[in-house]
Amino acid sequence: MKIDRRCFLSLGIGVAAGTALSPLPWKAMDDSSIWSQNWPWTPVPPDGEITYTDSTCTLCPGGCGITIRKIDHRVVKIEGRKDHPVNHGGICVLGLSGPQLLYGPTRVQSPMKKINGTFRKISWNQALAEITEKLTTLRAEGRSHTVAGIAGSSRGTVSGLLQRFLTAFGSSHFYSPSSMEDSFSQTHIQHQDKKTIPGYDLENSNYILSFGAGIIDGWGSPVRMIQANSAWKTKKIKLVQVEPMLSSTAAKSDQWLPSNPGTEAVLALGFAYVILRESLYDPKAIDDHSDGFKAWGAHILNNYHPDKVAEVTGIDSQTIITIGREFGRAGKPVAICGRGQGRTPVSVAEMNAVHALNVLVGNINKTGGVFTLPEPDYISWPEIVLDATADSGLRARPISMGGEWLHRFPNAVTGNEDGINFLFVANANPCYTLTDTKEAIKAFQKIPFKVSFSSYMDETAKLSDLILPNHTYLERYEDIPVASGLRNHLVGLIKPVVDPLFQTRHTGDVIITMAKSLKGSIEASFPWKDYSECLKTGLGRNWNAFTDKGYLELNYIPEFEEVPRFAFQVPSEIPQIPLEGDESKMGLILIPGDSLRLSSGDIGSPPFVMKTVPDTVLKNNDSLVQINPKTAEKLGLKKNGYAVLKTPRGEKKVKISLSQGIGENVISFPRGLGHTAYDDYLSGKGVNFNELIGPVEDPVSGLDVAWGIRASLTKA
Amino acid sequence: MSIVDEKAKEVDAADSPAESHCATSVDDGNGIAGLTILFFIVGFTASLFVGWIVFPKLLYSEKQQPIDFNHAMHMELVDNGCESCHFFRTDGTYSGVPKLAQCIDCHQEVQGDSEHEAVFVEEYVSKGREVPWLIYSRQPDCVFFSHAAHVQLAKMDCVTCHGHIGESTSLKPYEYNRITGYSRDIWGKELKNYLGLKTNTYDRMKMNDCAYCHLEETGRKSSVSTEKDGCFVCHK
Repeated sequence: MKIDRRCFLSLGIGVAAGTALSPLPWKAMDDSSIWSQNWPWTPVPPDGEITYTDSTCTLCPGGCGITIRKIDHRVVKIEGRKDHPVNHGGICVLGLSGPQLLYGPTRVQSPMKKINGTFRKISWNQALAEITEKLTTLRAEGRSHTVAGIAGSSRGTVSGLLQRFLTAFGSSHFYSPSSMEDSFSQTHIQHQDKKTIPGYDLENSNYILSFGAGIIDGWGSPVRMIQANSAWKTKKIKLVQVEPMLSSTAAKSDQWLPSNPGTEAVLALGFAYVILRESLYDPKAIDDHSDGFKAWGAHILNNYHPDKVAEVTGIDSQTIITIGREFGRAGKPVAICGRGQGRTPVSVAEMNAVHALNVLVGNINKTGGVFTLPEPDYISWPEIVLDATADSGLRARPISMGGEWLHRFPNAVTGNEDGINFLFVANANPCYTLTDTKEAIKAFQKIPFKVSFSSYMDETAKLSDLILPNHTYLERYEDIPVASGLRNHLVGLIKPVVDPLFQTRHTGDVIITMAKSLKGSIEASFPWKDYSECLKTGLGRNWNAFTDKGYLELNYIPEFEEVPRFAFQVPSEIPQIPLEGDESKMGLILIPGDSLRLSSGDIGSPPFVMKTVPDTVLKNNDSLVQINPKTAEKLGLKKNGYAVLKTPRGEKKVKISLSQGIGENVISFPRGLGHTAYDDYLSGKGVNFNELIGPVEDPVSGLDVAWGIRASLTKA
Repeated sequence: MSIVDEKAKEVDAADSPAESHCATSVDDGNGIAGLTILFFIVGFTASLFVGWIVFPKLLYSEKQQPIDFNHAMHMELVDNGCESCHFFRTDGTYSGVPKLAQCIDCHQEVQGDSEHEAVFVEEYVSKGREVPWLIYSRQPDCVFFSHAAHVQLAKMDCVTCHGHIGESTSLKPYEYNRITGYSRDIWGKELKNYLGLKTNTYDRMKMNDCAYCHLEETGRKSSVSTEKDGCFVCHK
């Protein structure tokens, strides 16, 4: 007997047969197929209880109601709140991306102090003790007026607490950004010396004449505007968009008037000419509620003939006549302005020209028209207690208690002999959003001690000496007053959806703690135990309604129900704000192109938002500048080729994107790129528009009304 | 004589010297045949042994639950059976394994003298940490299963799928598949389960078991509520 090849063959067959009759191959195959479907890279939130919490979005001034979906204690989705009067269940891409701001890597997780150029973690007690010591010294030295504060808004309790702190401390240096609403409040509307902000009843208008307002590009309250635009489409209501470039709004409008940039006011007066000439105005409304109509009317009829207006604006006279007639005959038309997202104010001359159209057709405080609303006033706090130091500090630099426009801040640091010695920044990112950014940063760095309350490591936080991180908007209580052109203003409530993830503290609490540690009259000005008590007592009897509904609708103060008087102002020779720069050296005009796909404010775009940016705006790390093909050809520039974009304020390397939707000699790219902070999805991507433009003050209001800047493009 | 015969003779003549070799071959062949069969049997048996006995042992590993739990004792203390702890939330979703919040009412302090109870209170209750229970019946993430549809609408009891775990006095070890990472209870523990056979409804929780039960109870494999058939009824 000998073991040979056949035996082994037989063994093999036996093994094969045995294996086939055992579960091994079948089970292994089944398990392998299951294993191949285990995809650990696919995020699967753990199972748990699903809950929904209502709150308010703070990522832009729109004030949308949001519903946050959680699984146990983790936020998994943010949706629009269905029963909210602002957005009726809608939400924008930035609002949707909120969870990435909560859980993303850009959070500042504890107080940080800069030591030798590097941030080190310190305790809250250490941080607050250091601030108290510095502030006490400044006060003792009689330099209380050199402490400043920047807030993202002039409204609301947190902003109010910072302003109150500065006043009680003895400083009037409080700055907040301005917008189209400030332009409106500076128009010649006489309302018993009360500040007036606009409320547009757009849902009930039957003809919309927009002077550059980016209706679906983020103007006003963005989701509300998109819904209003959809409603106009359904009801076949005409939207006329006056804008030098084919923005999304212009593309979706019923008629696009590609006017020469900066000539919107002239065009508005051209329409006024048609309304006057053809007697399409409402004489009773004008008699009852305005002054100076005759002189103004005569001036318009003498100087704004459509042929003349056509020359300036580039819109032919027949179109001006047609649109003027349509507007005058519509019944419930409305004219709105505020270029792009309306975050940059327009000149008083322009606002007056546009508002005059509304006054002419008598649509002030009427359905479908413009409502003149009071500043949201719903917080009642006790009087501020001022001691002698505070008095002298406030006298050292008297200023209106409403604070100052943010664009004047760099000048307050460098153009003032006392300068600024100490700065607080809350809910703002001036080292990114201020125009002429490089100079603004230089001024910022001159301040000996800067404290940022930012929840995120943004540009301003990075350049600060101390960061006292606030809870994010999903971790705290706060009131959010919302104007943004809404017909009825309201105050949204934000409330904690999750417990704070890190060692952060509410900025309101930090301000109250600082005040208490400074003792005396400052402590006396802050009689609350903590921010919650301050918010609750400040809202008084409105508190319950506020917390039950999640928002508070602000009712009219009776005198605002009456139509205010409007003073028709004879415009200056040409109501245009001149551009910075020498036309002979820089033949192009650079204007911003706002987009809902980028966050251009203090909050940087989260990764989800960055994924929506098209490659005609950003390609890899390069910003693309929109230019008319004819202009590009003239300058020898090719599609996707590199060029150097130069303005009087700076120069940047950009790529070329050809577009038929932009006028000759006009170039544009959006705000919201070119961050140097935040995460890898945002930092180093593209060019910050603000670095290439500088402030241009309106001679009437002092607001920064720079709508563009002269520029040149040369092949790189 | 035909040509065939001639040829046959030639073949015979040619083969005659090899006759003895052939005879030897046949003789040896019997031995080899035996060996061959033996080898076949050895291979066959060994692989059956490996496939049925060794492989399942190698395929599964075992973990102990973080702490032990006495279902039987708790069942005596509650009013509403399994649903006292494994309840439906108000929105119809199923809570599954209880969270600490449901335990702390009674377990703020150590109850009784069990070692596991002491660990539970010290390590989890007082520290506010959830117990990382290992779930025997956890299906893959791609499987959609609604407890509400089965328990509340179809009035099925827990035992049908989960067996008599409610009567157990301690938790069995958690066995999991080394390849897939899923619990062994999904595939079943008995060897016959491997053949798709089972004695009790709760012996296996594989896809065919769902389909079989649906066929038995409703006459079709599709979803009762949507009346739809196909992969995406359950795999979402």
